[in-house]
Amino acid sequence: MLAPVTHLLPLTTVQRERLLPVPGQVFAHLDQKISPLDVIAEAHLGGQHLLLDVARQLRVPPEKADRLIKCKAGDQVVKNQVIAQSRDLIPQTIRAVQDGKVLLVGGGKVLLEVGETTFELHAGVPGVVTRVVQDRGIEITFSGSLVQGVWGNGQVDSGMILPLLNSPEEVLAAKRLDVSQRGAVILAGACSDPATLQTASELPVRGLILGSLSPALLAQAAQMHFPIVVIDGFDGRPLNTTAFKLLTSNAKREVTVNAEIADRYSGIRPEIYIPLPVAGEPPRLREVETFAPNQPVHLIRAPHAGAVGILVNLKPGLTTMPSGLRVQAAEVKLDTGEQVVVPLANLEVLG
Amino acid sequence: MPASLIDADSLLAVDVGSMTTHATLFDVVEGHYRFIAAGQAPSTAAAPFKDVSEGVHQAIENLQTITGRKLIGDDHRLIMPVQEGNGVDSFTATLSAGPAIKTAVVGLLSDVSVESAQRLARTCYTRVMDTLSLNDQRKADEQIDSLLRLRPELIIIAGGTDQGASRSVERLLETVGLACYLMPADKHPAVLFAGNKSVVEKVKSNLQNLVSYLSISPNLRPTLEIEDLQPAQRGMAEMYTQLRRSQMGGVDELNTWAGGTLIPTAYAEGRMIRFLSQVYDPSKGILGVDLGISAATVAAAFGGELTLGVYPQLGLGEGLASLLRYTSLDDILKWIALDIPAERLRDYLYQKSLYPNTLPATAEDLAMEQALARQNLHVALNSLAKDFPRRVQRPAAGLLPYFEPIMAGGSVITRAPTLGQSLLILLDAIQPIGITTLILDQNNLMPALGAAANRNPILPIQVLESGAFLGLATVIGPIANTRPGTPILQVRLIHQNGNETRVEVKQGALEMLPLPAGEAGRLYLQPLHHTDLGFGPGHTRPEGIPVTGTVLGIIIDARGRPIRLPADPARCREFNKKWLWTVGG
Repeated sequence: MLAPVTHLLPLTTVQRERLLPVPGQVFAHLDQKISPLDVIAEAHLGGQHLLLDVARQLRVPPEKADRLIKCKAGDQVVKNQVIAQSRDLIPQTIRAVQDGKVLLVGGGKVLLEVGETTFELHAGVPGVVTRVVQDRGIEITFSGSLVQGVWGNGQVDSGMILPLLNSPEEVLAAKRLDVSQRGAVILAGACSDPATLQTASELPVRGLILGSLSPALLAQAAQMHFPIVVIDGFDGRPLNTTAFKLLTSNAKREVTVNAEIADRYSGIRPEIYIPLPVAGEPPRLREVETFAPNQPVHLIRAPHAGAVGILVNLKPGLTTMPSGLRVQAAEVKLDTGEQVVVPLANLEVLG
Repeated sequence: MPASLIDADSLLAVDVGSMTTHATLFDVVEGHYRFIAAGQAPSTAAAPFKDVSEGVHQAIENLQTITGRKLIGDDHRLIMPVQEGNGVDSFTATLSAGPAIKTAVVGLLSDVSVESAQRLARTCYTRVMDTLSLNDQRKADEQIDSLLRLRPELIIIAGGTDQGASRSVERLLETVGLACYLMPADKHPAVLFAGNKSVVEKVKSNLQNLVSYLSISPNLRPTLEIEDLQPAQRGMAEMYTQLRRSQMGGVDELNTWAGGTLIPTAYAEGRMIRFLSQVYDPSKGILGVDLGISAATVAAAFGGELTLGVYPQLGLGEGLASLLRYTSLDDILKWIALDIPAERLRDYLYQKSLYPNTLPATAEDLAMEQALARQNLHVALNSLAKDFPRRVQRPAAGLLPYFEPIMAGGSVITRAPTLGQSLLILLDAIQPIGITTLILDQNNLMPALGAAANRNPILPIQVLESGAFLGLATVIGPIANTRPGTPILQVRLIHQNGNETRVEVKQGALEMLPLPAGEAGRLYLQPLHHTDLGFGPGHTRPEGIPVTGTVLGIIIDARGRPIRLPADPARCREFNKKWLWTVGG
């Protein structure tokens, strides 16, 4: 049976495409070493639009209005510039209310674009450019540790990782945060107090990596200007021990927190990158797995939600769970030594 | 000679859901179409595959293993038609996988054409993100910027009666056209026009080159008084297929296998319900409910007129994170027999939205999952009920019309640990009234039959009659205006062998009378205190009502319509425990 995969890897090679939403200009070049906050491409997303109904305002038919319009598509206009003027004894004038560009003229109307939004695409991933996609972006290859999460708030930043937990289940309280952590990426267990996020924002920190976040804080977390990545979920569960060990063993290293908004269909997930010095290319990610004995697995649902272990064997046929459901299941030896039976649907392979 | 012998075709039907891909084989056995077997595999529409083909192939391979019949050749292609006992004669495909399609609705008046267009959008897996109309207070340029910001994948344009004024529609068309013009070419939306037919040429000339796909359907509102969604529903289904072909790997190939007839799962289910409504008792409607990961789907048809609602926000997957916009934790908790804090349930909703494919392994998780199923289905059904045709008879305002039968799909219902649990989910969610039969689609056959019905109407009828669906229970839902504990109904069941069972039903009770599948009997019902069983207050059929056996027999659900649970959570749990015990746990 096909298995979902979450990557919690001490050493791997990752390739990530970073593409503009619309064609634009790509600044990065092949083999360039990239930092996560580098702007690697930008695109013009257009500004606001103003539709001037000249015919209506001048009270003339559209064909006549077209003859009164004094600009054409492609023209740049400045604030107060005359857009159209009637030929009355006392002429009525329509002026541009702000600087802009004429996009279309016709039917007695003028469509202006005013203001401009430039979308800057940050690398988000530290590494080397291994492919350039013309007008759209690049592919970055990264080597080091990789930790994937389940929820991110859309921000990205880098900093030194500072674990504020001695065990995976510790809850982060606002009083644990102080000015000495300014500019750091904080690693913690659960977070359920809005004051904690507020304090982290005021320091400010460069990132927050959490085992779990209370759903009551999701709206607040989404507004934070620093990246927040939730590794395990929303139900107060501790940080899974594999991620705990991997992240705490890298304490005080530089990490990148790319808190991308997860999307099951595209496969985008929030990720934490820890660059490490490597000789040669570490093994690449395996995106597709089928369940098999000896795989490290993560239990994603009660009664052992958040636990990790090793898949011992796949049980033949269907197994009845305590809920009464009959499901395909596997025996898993947890890292506590306990052996449990888990529905395959509630497992993901760590790899 | 039966028609099935004339068209002695085997059929392989594939349904690609968000969680599971089903491959179902039908063939002719002794002159009649029969459901042969089904194989399934996890769907692969999402990453890392981003292509439905892998899941389709695996589901078909599983079916091959079960049947021993080779369906896919060494060249990885479907063997069609049958060659030396292998392969199939025909193939159909249905699809519901993928995020809801981002949709904008455009119409003239918010309570006329916009409402119709929104109803049309609800017949497919869409999420309406913006609505443009003459009632819109925004200026045209603000509407343009809104469309540019939201980037809808689909725009539905309605408005204007045929022969009516067209200028207002043309103004809205201009707004849509300008927004499309300003979008990058690879982000152009598909457009479905179902408005005033006199502006069709204008729609074509204005939009043809600015959209990814343009479909023209008959006017949803040919006159102010008449709304006709059905022709446009076909257009919607085509639009969905077109969009998915360009968005999702493998859909094009699947559509080719199906000879270009790939349709949305909900559309196929709706077609089947409409089809059945033309076959069954015309005085009652047919109801179909399906609760999946991607959506809750409800289809009701009355004498060939279908009302279909697809509610992605009420599915049991990603949508759960925003479920509390449509219902409350208390309204879900009231269906749980265990003492579970509201925060625990809230956390559960969010966690399940992250891992939609997981299964409840503990009693507590199962209780929450089943409570969600009840509430989501209840909300979906009540939402759709507002759109039922006005001519449909209801016993009282706010109550559902009479349905016979009610068909239910979705693994949370059909694969509940006990059939009693399946029954109670449906009774609580639907709260049927009058006399009806609950039927479970345990093999996910409805989409397949709906897809096949167009080309071969004999197949669904013969498969339905073959026992491929599970007759769960005959339900009697009386309406009585009395205090709990008051006797409202005397029931006498005469079995085929002459044995007799009698029961007096009190208001508030849930009673079961065994009448196993394969047996038959006659029910004599004596309503008391003006209780209404669907024959009018206090009325009955003195000659009795013939009933056939089902796995759970006859259920008399006298808990009131609507069911009113006590405000005290502890008492509420006691009621739920008692009812669960009554239906067998």
